Amino acid sequence: MTDQRHRDKRNVDVWLTGTEDPDWLVESTDEGAQKMASQETTARLLEQEGLAVADDRLLDEDIAPDDELMIINMGPQHPSTHGVLRINIELEGEIIRRSKPIIGYLHTGMEKTGEELTWLQGPTNVTRMDYLAPLHNELVFSLAVEQLLGIDLPPRAVAIRVLMTELNRVSSHLVALATNGMDIGAISMMLYGFRDRERILAFFEKTTGLRMNHNYIRPGGVAADLPPDWQEDIEFILEKVPPRILEYEDLLKANPIWMGRTKDVGVITLEECLAYSVTGPTLRAAGSDWDLRKAFPYSGIENYHFEVPVGEHGDVYDRYRVRIEEIWQSLSIVKQAAESMPEGDYKTDDRKIAPPPRARIDESMEALIHHFKIYTEGFQVPEGEAYVAIESPRGELGAYLVSDGGSRPLRMHMRTPSFANLQALPVMMADSMIADTVATIASLDPVLGDVDR
Amino acid sequence: MAHPTNPPGFLLANLDKVRHWAQTRSMFTVTFGLACCAIEMMATGAGHYDLARFGMEVFRASPRQADLMIVAGRVSQKMAPVLRQVYDQMPEPKWVISMGACASTGGMFNNYALVQGVDQIVPVDIYVPGCPPGPQSLMHGILTLHDKIMSGEIAH
Repeated sequence: MTDQRHRDKRNVDVWLTGTEDPDWLVESTDEGAQKMASQETTARLLEQEGLAVADDRLLDEDIAPDDELMIINMGPQHPSTHGVLRINIELEGEIIRRSKPIIGYLHTGMEKTGEELTWLQGPTNVTRMDYLAPLHNELVFSLAVEQLLGIDLPPRAVAIRVLMTELNRVSSHLVALATNGMDIGAISMMLYGFRDRERILAFFEKTTGLRMNHNYIRPGGVAADLPPDWQEDIEFILEKVPPRILEYEDLLKANPIWMGRTKDVGVITLEECLAYSVTGPTLRAAGSDWDLRKAFPYSGIENYHFEVPVGEHGDVYDRYRVRIEEIWQSLSIVKQAAESMPEGDYKTDDRKIAPPPRARIDESMEALIHHFKIYTEGFQVPEGEAYVAIESPRGELGAYLVSDGGSRPLRMHMRTPSFANLQALPVMMADSMIADTVATIASLDPVLGDVDR
Repeated sequence: MAHPTNPPGFLLANLDKVRHWAQTRSMFTVTFGLACCAIEMMATGAGHYDLARFGMEVFRASPRQADLMIVAGRVSQKMAPVLRQVYDQMPEPKWVISMGACASTGGMFNNYALVQGVDQIVPVDIYVPGCPPGPQSLMHGILTLHDKIMSGEIAH
């Protein structure tokens, strides 16, 4: 073979095994460099790729020379990457040596758009970030705005927020279980998970008007009161969902394939979790009981009794166990919140922040003016900055808001858990089998809208 | 069934009907989930809404095996060439459903990052409104596509 840039009849570049890498294989393309950096990288590059940590077990001496490694590309259009994640995987045989997540395929510019929207319109924007837990996004944004405003909410508004976000945690974990099952081949788990999520979504739709992206929790309270017969709906959920969770455990734990494909797969230690600022079920599965609902309680969640489930091995199975246990704990919080739901108003009575009741608009000129001003100009927020973090189903979800005293944020930044957790993916996948890739990604439960924003 | 795109003559006209019937009754969808709408698309395919009633439950990971692309979610500038490549890899005849406000018009995100409507990249047959569209909306969009193919309104 004299000319390595061999062209066949279809005029397509082909590469024959055994020949040297031709130039066109190494060169950058319009999609970025398709080849990973060579092994002789500088320490700086290692740091950027998330490979240089103190006790780095990725950089073993026995790593194969370049010519025994194969690089495959996964995504961005792949059914098991939970959206549009792209990963370059460096393989030695069937063993993953290194991997490089490539993100940005769903970058929506939400933080920039957030600067164009008033404080009241903000939840509309952030709810579309983590679309599996939209209510948590709205809650953290609203809490940050309320911290800047320095207002207190009626107890009913706070309790409704807890009720709704904990239900949302259940529905989000159900999808995590469903997709995790689907990726490993347990299709029935996928069908079951989505089926029970529908029960919770039906309640969301009844209360907020939408199945997802609710824009329900807003600065100053919530958008609407619970529907008249909400207690029956909650009872229905609490009656129907728990037997199903037991059913899933029977289905999965009695299944040797599920156990074999999740136990000791995608392991991450507690030290590595802390080094990569991993939070949420992934951190708790590694053995830490760090939960922001306990560490920095918000919305009066310290008044409810619940426990923080903790795993010990930090593998896919423990993350699945932690999620199952969290579903139980969240259902318990929902039950407590429904039983102790206080009467009263569902939003603050500060007419400069929350719109007046509909009936008042017909009889009061001032109410009409307030309503008009809130929905056109928006309300002013005192100058300052605020960072509030809550425990979303994926980990620490934080909102950092800067106000210059106007009716729009000067800067909005969200600390999203999926983004931080995703940097731990190369650590989990290092030295594991390629077939475990999808199980590991699914157990991390990344939402790419949350990563890219 | 006298439609301008149907060829004249008894044999060809009826052959065309058979072709349209075959095209609509086993439509394979390429998985192109992008954002929120993808979750609703999955919910539509799952047990509760059961897209299998319309012979639509098969989601293919490979575009080579698919003839319908449901663009479910917001298309960023970085994703646009990928989307076009996947579309080009699909064999003819092929159809595109633009699901949701973001895919149809850019939705609420009129900024630097998003393609303001996927019809700037690929030809779209059906637009499904909503943010995200509920499963019923998506099913209506799919059935509308079936109707249009059956009647010969969308001819390939």
